[in-house]
Amino acid sequence: MDIDKKLVKKIANLSKINIEEKNVDKFAKELSNIISWVEKLNEVDTKNISPTTNPSDIKIPFRKDEIKDGKIKDKILKNAPEHKGGYFIVPKVIE
Amino acid sequence: MIDLKKINLEKAIELIKQKKISSKELVSFYLKEAEAKKELNAYIYLNSDNAIKLAEESDKRIANNNARPLEGIPIAIKDLFCTKDVLTTAASKILSNFKPAYESTVTQNLWDAGAILLGKTNLDEFAMGSSNETSFYGAALNPWSKNKKEYVPGGSSGGSASAVAGGIAIAATGTDTGGSIRQPASYCGIIGLKPTYGRCSRWGIVSFASSLDQAGPMTKTVNDAAIMLDVMAGHDKKDSTSANLEKTNFYNNLKINKKLKIGIPKQYKNDQLDKEILNFWELGKEFFKKNNCEIVEIDLPHTEYALATYYIISSAEASSNLARYDGIRYGFRKDSEEIINLYENTRSVGFGEEVKRRIMIGTYVLSAGYYDAYYLKAQKVRSKIINDFNQAFEKVDVIFTPTAPTDAFEKGTKIDDPIKMYLNDVFTVPISLAGLPAISVPIGLSKNDLPLGFQIIGKRFDEDSVLSAAKIIETNANFKKESD
Repeated sequence: MDIDKKLVKKIANLSKINIEEKNVDKFAKELSNIISWVEKLNEVDTKNISPTTNPSDIKIPFRKDEIKDGKIKDKILKNAPEHKGGYFIVPKVIE
Repeated sequence: MIDLKKINLEKAIELIKQKKISSKELVSFYLKEAEAKKELNAYIYLNSDNAIKLAEESDKRIANNNARPLEGIPIAIKDLFCTKDVLTTAASKILSNFKPAYESTVTQNLWDAGAILLGKTNLDEFAMGSSNETSFYGAALNPWSKNKKEYVPGGSSGGSASAVAGGIAIAATGTDTGGSIRQPASYCGIIGLKPTYGRCSRWGIVSFASSLDQAGPMTKTVNDAAIMLDVMAGHDKKDSTSANLEKTNFYNNLKINKKLKIGIPKQYKNDQLDKEILNFWELGKEFFKKNNCEIVEIDLPHTEYALATYYIISSAEASSNLARYDGIRYGFRKDSEEIINLYENTRSVGFGEEVKRRIMIGTYVLSAGYYDAYYLKAQKVRSKIINDFNQAFEKVDVIFTPTAPTDAFEKGTKIDDPIKMYLNDVFTVPISLAGLPAISVPIGLSKNDLPLGFQIIGKRFDEDSVLSAAKIIETNANFKKESD
C-alpha cells in the first residue's frame, strides 16, 4: 500500500498532528515503507483464527463503582496549563 | 572499609541490616556518584534533597530494629512511572512539567518496603525506541563507551541500564513493551527481567501499548532481580489485567537447583547473526549441559512475523493511549485562538518525530477501511505466535536465545532509518506478544569489547525457572561487570 500525500494529510488530521507542507513527502515515504514492511503478514494463513486482544487469560473482574480517593481537585488543577474557578480553560468552542 | 562501589543490592541489604553501613551513607554515595557522572545523562531528575531526609528516617527504623525488606536502599526509577509530586516526563516535551497527584502501584510497593527514590531515569520518548535517542532530554550514554566512540545504552529503559552499569544506581526499574528492559540490559552488561504480563500492576505507569507493557527490575545480579521482583509484583485492584496470585518468593526459590529442559528455537538462528553470537550461544548450551540440563531443539514457525505484528499492535494501542495529550488538563500547551488548532499545535510541538510516526501508523491501521487488513490481521497472527510458544513449552521448561542480534551500536547510526532500528527487537518482541516472562543475562564481551546478553524465556508465571536458568549462565559466564 502506497501512502500518498493526500492520505498523509488525512491521517495527520485524524491524529490531530500538524505536518508542515515541506515534511509531507518525507512522512509519505516513511509511512509507505513501514506499511509495506508490515504487509508481510499477508503471507500468514489466519483462516478460522481468533484475534488476541490481550495475552492474559484473566477474566476482567467487576467491582463496585465507588470513590476510593478523590478530594484532590486543587492538585489536579495545578497541572493544567490554564484554569479558573475550578474549571479548565479552553478557547471558545461555540461560534 | 567497605567499597560501596563494589556491592550489589543483596549485599547492601545485608550490610544495612547488620548496621555496617547506614542508609544515609549509601544514598549519599549514589547521589555523589550520579553528580560526578553527569555525562552519562542517565537521570532526568535526581531526588537529592528528599532522598537524604528519607535515608535518615530509614536509619532510625534500622536503629529500632524495625527495618523493612528494602529499608534505606536507593532505587532509580524509569521516568515512565508516576511518582507523586515528583516530575514525571516520559522523556517527552508534552509532559515536561507534569507532577502527578498520585503514585504508581509498583513504586508504592517499593517505598512501602522501605526503598528510597534516588532519581528518575532517562528513556526513549514514551518508551518508543531502542537507543534512547528519541528522548526529549537527549540520549543517555552507554557506560561501556570508549576510544571517543559514543555507544547507545539501548532502549527504551536506557537511562536505567546506563545508571546500573555505570555504578550510579544499585538497582533500577524499567518497563518492557517489546524489549525495552532486556535489550538495554544486554547492551550495558546487566540483568534485565521482564515478568509475565499481569505480574506487576501497570497502574500509574504512563501507557504506551497496554496489552504489552510490563514493569520489571534492572540489576547487577540475578539474585538482585529476584529480590526486586518480589517487592514490585503483586495483585492490584486498580489494574484489571493484574494477576491475583499467591505472594511470590523468587529470591528464596532461587536456592533450589532445578534440572531444566532448555529449548533452542531454530528460527532464531538466521544468516545475519554474527559468528561471535553463535559461539556464545554454543557456550551457553555447554553451561546448561554441565548443570544437568537437557538441550532440545524447538520450532517457533511464526517468528519472522512477530516484528510486523508488534509494530501494528503497539502503534495502534499507542495512538489510542496518546490521544489524551491535548494540552487541556496537564502537560505542555501551545496556545491558539481556536480549539482544534490548540490540539494540533500542542501535539505537533509536544511530541517528537518517532512518537508522531507511531501515532500516525496506529491511526492508519485502526482507520475505517484498513482495520481488518492490518489491525485485525495482526491480532490473528499474534494468536498464532502465542500458539507456537504453547506448543514449544509442552516440550521444554525454558527457551534460550540471544537477547539482541548485535552488541550496542554507535549513536546516530540508526536513528534515521526506523525499520533498521525496529530490527533490534527481533528476538524480544515475540515474547512480549505472548506475554511471557524473559530475562537478559550478560554472557561475555564482543570483539568490540562491549557486553552481549542472552535471553531466557519461560512459561507464563514461571519466573522461577527463568531465574534459575539465568543463574546458571551468570555463575558460569562469570561476566566482568565493570565497564572501566
